[in-house]
Amino acid sequence: MKIRDLTELAARNLREAVLRNSLTTLGIAVGVASLVAMLSLGVGLQQFANKRLAGTGLFDAIFVFPHRNDRGFGPNQTPPSAKPQQYPALDRQAREQLAKLPNVAEVYPEIRFSTAVVYDRDSYMSTIAGIPQSQKTSGAFDGMTGRFFSGPDAKETILQIEFAKELSKQPDSLIGKEITVRYAERQSLPAPSSPASKGSGRTGAGGTANDNAGFGLSPGFSVIPREMKLRIVGIVQTEPAGFGGFGRGRVLIPETLAEKLSASQFNDLREMLRGQSAAPTYATLTVRVRRASQVVAVEKKIKALGFSTFSLVDASNNIRLVFAVFDAFLGVFGSLALVVASLGIINTLVMAILERRREIGVLKALGASDRDVRQIFFAEAGVMGLLGGCFGVLIGWLIGRAITVGTNIYLHGRGFPSIEISAVPWWMVGGAIGFSIAVSLAAGLYPASRAARLNPVEALRYE
Amino acid sequence: MTPNNQPAIRAEHASRHYQLGATLVRAVDDVSLSIGQGEFVALLGSSGSGKSTLLNLMAGLDRPTSGAILARDRNLAEMSSDELAVHRSRTIGMVFQAFNLLPRMTLEENVELPLRLAEVERKDRAPRVREAIERVHLSARLEHRPAEMSGGEQQRAAIARALVNRPAILLADEPTGNLDSATGDEIMRLLREINGSGMTIVMVTHERPRAAEFAHRLLQMKDGKLVADGVLA
Repeated sequence: MKIRDLTELAARNLREAVLRNSLTTLGIAVGVASLVAMLSLGVGLQQFANKRLAGTGLFDAIFVFPHRNDRGFGPNQTPPSAKPQQYPALDRQAREQLAKLPNVAEVYPEIRFSTAVVYDRDSYMSTIAGIPQSQKTSGAFDGMTGRFFSGPDAKETILQIEFAKELSKQPDSLIGKEITVRYAERQSLPAPSSPASKGSGRTGAGGTANDNAGFGLSPGFSVIPREMKLRIVGIVQTEPAGFGGFGRGRVLIPETLAEKLSASQFNDLREMLRGQSAAPTYATLTVRVRRASQVVAVEKKIKALGFSTFSLVDASNNIRLVFAVFDAFLGVFGSLALVVASLGIINTLVMAILERRREIGVLKALGASDRDVRQIFFAEAGVMGLLGGCFGVLIGWLIGRAITVGTNIYLHGRGFPSIEISAVPWWMVGGAIGFSIAVSLAAGLYPASRAARLNPVEALRYE
Repeated sequence: MTPNNQPAIRAEHASRHYQLGATLVRAVDDVSLSIGQGEFVALLGSSGSGKSTLLNLMAGLDRPTSGAILARDRNLAEMSSDELAVHRSRTIGMVFQAFNLLPRMTLEENVELPLRLAEVERKDRAPRVREAIERVHLSARLEHRPAEMSGGEQQRAAIARALVNRPAILLADEPTGNLDSATGDEIMRLLREINGSGMTIVMVTHERPRAAEFAHRLLQMKDGKLVADGVLA
């Protein structure tokens, strides 16, 4: 029989026992809905985690450090006799070199320094962190209160919420107000040119110039206390994570502004002692690549230049693996309901065979082959699977939406921004309907073959 | 139309035996006969004589346990299940005592059903359905369901369904069994009219007078055997 005729007959047969077939279809729909709801949560959570992680900038970033010759205490330490190798300094020149590498979107230093924040005549110790302008669109500042910096060197600040709470019991009221930040500006000392400089009496972190002679030490630098006023323009939950080796920044300022301040950073003393350059060096440079998939290749090139690197590619792969396993488990549990629903299909179709025994005999007498009869029952199972799949996807999507709405009501109550924790992508819609049809057809196998095997003479005699 | 000698269907020592507990039932036992094209044959016998079983063997709904049933020189006993389905679809039209129309379908849809099974093109179906329905004088009942028609109308609808694929042989199993006398005569006249167009008809009945009035030939069965074969004048 032709497919159109088959489908018409199947649909007509399903309409005949509309209540029973509707309940069976509803059973399938509930099974599919449970599968879709489970998977939508799994996928939604994965997308949420990916978005949040991507927002941190960790997965398309490579953190670059100067190579260290520090001797360790472990079994792999460098033999005492080995001469320390010379590695390039992580300075402005290195930064420009890294920026020219293929597939590098931007390179910016990790600027982080201690500050005393003065607000309302009280002083609070904290850490300032420079935030590049590119973070504005990264998603890390989605849901923040207020706005992002108006420009790369605007004298504005975004406060981390916990720090804002220290300043005011009503953090939101801080927006638009000014704070004063105190910091230590670094000023390089001139290179020693004559013994006259000996005993100049100036207090410099690098010691006297005479001490430097002959040992290749840096000429050192001075630190000078400075003050600057910043306008609070936003409040954010957390600092978008950089490498963060020196503590979380709680006062965020534009990266360019942070660089212009030439503030003395945590690593300055160590770098001075290494004596590689009189110019300022960076503790860390963050190299952001255009796509996360390019991290490995770019990282390799940076290492070849003599720098140490760190990226979260492996961690990202592990997260993907964890979610794949998580989704598989959710899928299995969701499928159980569909398996139960398939028993309903078998029951419905077996009942239909009993009720339509005589009809099957008539069909065979009129020229229906075993295959025709099998296909009619198969088509009925398929139609139930299709309808159940469509309704199931709809119900599953609604369940996912309901969970998202419920979660967001809970989160709003606790002062958190809205999140999307369920997602029903098109592949899931198609997959769920296809799976529903496949399960229904599998469930229809036995009844269909049983109907096909009916002896027409006995079937015609059946009352 | 006068029957010719060319056989439409033959039975050669056909038997249909089956086991019922410890008993071997000889429903049809060593029957040989030949039915010519265009013949109107009445198969007579009491209940359990084997006439319906023989009709089912001719229809290809059942297979002989021994012997042969030949239609167009092909032995139905040797055909595959699919080939038998084609035989039922193309060569045979069947009419039952209980009409066996599908209750949820209209008259038109019931008559169209064999065409769907035979995979006749959609555009060709409607004229053939109309033609078959006109032939049984039910054109006014196209959209009616079986429950909305009288017994005689239902049987005429069943005849239209049997004719729609233009079969060579019409097999009727007690076609008047569920009808009153007048309606039964009406159906018999219709069958004779159809036979007049050249179609072979084999009709199972236990009503000898009616069979004698309308059929060309009477076959008498008893205990699975063919005990009499008489051509009527």
